[in-house]
Amino acid sequence: MTPSTLAGLAGAALVGLGLYGLVLHPHPLRKLLAFNLIGSGVFLVFGIVARRGAAAGLSFDPVPQAMVITGIVVAFAASALAVALILRLYSESGRVTLDPDAWTRPGPEDAK
Amino acid sequence: MSLLPFLDIGLAFLVVTVACSTIITRDLFAAVVGYVAYGLLLAFVWIRLHAPDVALTEAAVGGGVTGVLLITAGKRLAAIKKAAPEAHPTTTLKLLTGALAALLACALAAAILMLPDVPPSLAPEAAAAASGPGAGLGNPITAVLISYRSFDTMLEKVVLILAVVGVWSVGADKAWGNPPAPLGRPGPYPAMVFLAQVLVPIGALIGIHVFWVGADAPGGAFQGGALLAAMWMVAMMARLGEPPRIDARWLRLALIAGPAVFLIIGLAGISIAGSFFAYPPGFAKPIILFIETFMVLSIAVALPMLVAGPPSEGNRP
Repeated sequence: MTPSTLAGLAGAALVGLGLYGLVLHPHPLRKLLAFNLIGSGVFLVFGIVARRGAAAGLSFDPVPQAMVITGIVVAFAASALAVALILRLYSESGRVTLDPDAWTRPGPEDAK
Repeated sequence: MSLLPFLDIGLAFLVVTVACSTIITRDLFAAVVGYVAYGLLLAFVWIRLHAPDVALTEAAVGGGVTGVLLITAGKRLAAIKKAAPEAHPTTTLKLLTGALAALLACALAAAILMLPDVPPSLAPEAAAAASGPGAGLGNPITAVLISYRSFDTMLEKVVLILAVVGVWSVGADKAWGNPPAPLGRPGPYPAMVFLAQVLVPIGALIGIHVFWVGADAPGGAFQGGALLAAMWMVAMMARLGEPPRIDARWLRLALIAGPAVFLIIGLAGISIAGSFFAYPPGFAKPIILFIETFMVLSIAVALPMLVAGPPSEGNRP
């Protein structure tokens, strides 16, 4: 098994893991981590295409690699925005939850 | 017999295990720390895939800067996690989700194992671009980023600016114009100050080097800019420098410098070289380095601003 195939299979496993975490974790920051796992798994699978698409005397295909570099930076920008929104949710409401029922239950802020 | 196959298997196993641990651990902060380790391990995988440029970006942005962002957020949120009881998913839901995730992973794995024998590739076009309009660049990745896919690269900088605007606009109305909250602890912390004094000059030099060699070797504007950004953040964490006010003129000019210069030169290409984002033949390399200089500046300013977060109320200087 070549390193590319191996990394591709790892990427596939990461996408699966990330999806599992994204659906099941109630905490928004954990969801964000899981979402980033999906993203990096997709990048890895894409990287395999870069490695396989080697032609024209290059040892790799530079186009997918350049796109992955762009993708990593954009993923970071999106994560930063998500973190800012999560922290704002906490400072506005005193809780960090996406559960709609939790807003009607008495929370720690209401006790004050 | 080579040792490398075992190294590859071990690395893939390690990456998936660390990813697993970030998903299944109960502790929020442990998950965040696991994610940082995962980002660094992923950089090694990219090196094994003959993608040193991607590895540098993943280590600097995916591992390093994202790590600072998540650890800062994780520390603020870990304290209140106990206070907010969460509805935990039922076992049925867990099983169903697990099955769905496994199905997706298996489908992807099958697709990877059954890829067509003659892979489609844009490499010939990219190689032509590297020897044509982007003449004189030894690093094909930089040639693709700045020449062959230049519009994408320019728009990606615009995305960074949009994200900064988004993060700033999340702040409270009355805080507008204030600097973001300081990154470090309140008092000066000797070990951190020492680290910053030793690391920042060396790191800044390495960052500029990585940018400069990027035209011909692995490296480039993203990687160099991310390193410079990291050094600025280390200085801010040691409280050797405070985050700037978000309405500071120099800050805003630095943020838009990269895409603005890129766009102006791209538009000038219409009249000089015949098409949008075309560079005059024989003169491409100096122009590309000129554009990249401003992009490094924009990246080095945008990333710390994204990590520092929205303007804070109170402790106005």
